[in-house]
Order: sequence, then C-alpha cells, then structure tokens
Amino acid sequence: MHQTFNAAIELNLLHANQEGADHNREHFDRWGITCLNLMSSPGAGKTVLLEQTLAALKDKFEMAVIEGDMTTELDADRLRKYDVPVIPINTGRSCHLDSKMVAGGIHTLEHQYNPTDFDLVLVENVGNLVCPAEFEVGEHAKVALLSVTEGEDKPLKYPVMFQEADCLLITKTDLAPYLDIDLERLTANVRQMNKDVTIIHVSAKTGAGLSQWFDWVGDRLKQNQASLARQI
Amino acid sequence: MHETDMTKALILTVKDWYYSQPEQPKIEKIHLIVGEFTCVEPVSLQFAFEVQTRNTFLAGVELIIRDIPLIAFCHSCQQEYQPEIGLQYSCPDCKSPMEDIRSGRELKIDRIEYSAVANSVVP
Ligand SMILES: Nc1nc2c(ncn2[C@@H]2O[C@H](COP(=O)(O)OP(=O)(O)OP(=O)(O)O)[C@@H](O)[C@H]2O)c(=O)[nH]1
Ligand SMILES: [Mg+2]
Ligand SMILES: [Zn+2]
Repeated sequence: MHQTFNAAIELNLLHANQEGADHNREHFDRWGITCLNLMSSPGAGKTVLLEQTLAALKDKFEMAVIEGDMTTELDADRLRKYDVPVIPINTGRSCHLDSKMVAGGIHTLEHQYNPTDFDLVLVENVGNLVCPAEFEVGEHAKVALLSVTEGEDKPLKYPVMFQEADCLLITKTDLAPYLDIDLERLTANVRQMNKDVTIIHVSAKTGAGLSQWFDWVGDRLKQNQASLARQI
Repeated sequence: MHETDMTKALILTVKDWYYSQPEQPKIEKIHLIVGEFTCVEPVSLQFAFEVQTRNTFLAGVELIIRDIPLIAFCHSCQQEYQPEIGLQYSCPDCKSPMEDIRSGRELKIDRIEYSAVANSVVP
C-alpha cells in the first residue's frame, strides 16, 4: 500500500539571508555605523554618485564603501581615489549582493580597520533592478536610483525595489531635456506603491540636487545614531 | 538568476529535514508558496530545481508552486483590492497609494509530501 504523509515546513526561503542580514546589522549597530544599500539597474549612476558623496562628505563623516562589482575592480578603483576604505566583494556571477557576501566585507572592515571609527558604510549593490530588492544585506536604509533615460514606467514594471526604497534618486536629470520622459508621471508611478519615499532629483554632471542628497544622508545618520543611543 | 540561490536555500532546508528524520523517507513532492509581488519567477524556479537536484536524493521530486496573488488593503475604502501588476498599484476606487500588502510577498516552503520507505512501514 502506498501511503503518503505531509510534513509542514512553513519556512521562508529567504530565512537564511534574513538572519545573516540581521546579524550584519547588529555588527553595524555595535560599531555605531549606519549602512545604506544603493541599488539600481546597471549604469544608473551608483558609482558616480558615490564618488561625489565621498568627495563631499569625507571630511564630515568617516566612511567606507562595500563595492559589489560583478567581477572587476573597475568601480572600486574609481572610488579608491577618495582615500576611504573600499572593500570589493567579488559577487561572481550572482546578480545581487546577499548578506553572506556583505558579511565578508564586514569581516574585512573589522580586521583591517578599526570599525568603531566609521560613521557610514555605503554598499554599492550589483546593477540589477530586480533581484537586489529581495536580499537584505543588513542596511539601515535602501536607496534606489533610477536614471531619466530608463523611462517613467520602470517603477510599475519593477515594483518591488521602488516599494522598498527609503530614498529614490532620479539621476541624470541633466539629460531630461533631450528625452521624452515625463518626470511628474514618474513620481506619480512611484507614489502609487510607496507614499513615504523621499524622492530627490540629481545630476552628477551639473551637481543639481546633490546637496539635498547629502542632507538626506546626514539626517538618516543622525536618526540612526539617536535610535541607537536610545537602545543603549 | 537568483532563482538559483533560492533553490540552493530550498534544497538545504529540505536536506536538513530529510536527515533529521529517524528513517529517511521517500520525498515525493515539495509544495512552495510564491507571492506574485516577489522577484521570483516560478518557471525559472522549476527549472533551477530540476537542474540542481539531478543525481541527488531529490532527483525526480515534483516541485509544486502555488502562486499567491497580490492583494492590498485600502484604508480609506476599508476594502481589499487586487492591484494590476505592471499597470496600477493604487486603489482603483479612491487612488490611494498601495500601502498595506495583505498577500503576495510570500516566498516559502509550505510542506513536504513523502511516503515511508517500504521496509520501514509499520502497519
Ligand atoms: N549625463 C550624465 N551622465 C551620468 C550621470 N551620472 C552618471 N552618468 C554616466 O552614466 C554612466 C554610468 O555611471 P556609473 O556611475 O558607472 O553607473 P553604475 O550604476 O555605477 O553602473 P554599474 O555599477 O555598472 O551598475 C557613466 O558613463 C557616467 O558618467 C549624470 O548625472 N549625468
Ligand atoms: Mg558602479
Ligand atoms: Zn480606496
């Protein structure tokens, strides 16, 4: 006789990643570090934004970058000019960072530097509009970038990242006049699924909007430090 | 692409369960629940599962994926609605932004269907 049984499992498939992310965040919290996870499709301007951010804020905050470049160190090399630790993660062929990879970066931070010296860790995720949104790495806030060349419909088509973002940077706004993009429509599309996200229009080329972004980073850091102080 | 990673997580979990059983059973089906508002594509998941389980204790096991639709709740209208993925997420009646997702974010192993190995069946 063939008898079948059922074993209830009810386990989240992302459980292991989530546990790793929580663990990473505990490390950051212990060291008083705020971690931001930068996500976008390939080429939306993450590295350029990081370059500008490091240049503008490195005298104000102690920063480090965890760089999730697929296979090369091209992005990491661009960032090293700013004299802040840049920890490359070789993601191999993976299309997103996961908490285990970032744990490797945290390990480097712990053993090659003095982690309590840092205020801010910026993670550049792998260029991909879909997958990084599902894999938390231990960040305190998610920053999504969408360049004006990608079109106003992208938030509707790839909703998860936009729904999860705490800050959305609309990048390359200097190019908007040459395109048919409807920026109001874009904003409305994002608002459909995320009413609280901070939306900032920036151009790394002209510098427009960057000071707003720097302020957001500063505020987020202060907020986080205040909430950590309350926990202690 | 990340379906590969999910499949790894899935296989590991099932493996843990498998070896924690007093007698290794014959796994027949694995039931998954995958929400529509996730980055997981069921077809890719099926494919990755098939490829990664070849020549393992899970070879030939059937993966059954239950899709869960995206359902949101509008607080202004006090009612549930089904957003149209790719088109519209706000409430169709009052246009309030989608805020409260009631289902559609699931990504989990629901249950494992198995039969006892023939010689270990206690009548
Ligand atoms: N015109 C204009 N070009 C920009 C701007 N920001 C970035 N770019 C250009 O866009 C290209 C891609 O920028 P990156 O910073 O490398 O983009 P990324 O998101 O880091 O790319 P990946 O790491 O490969 O995913 C580069 O050629 C930049 O010079 C901008 O504000 N205006
Ligand atoms: Mg880059
Ligand atoms: Zn409504």
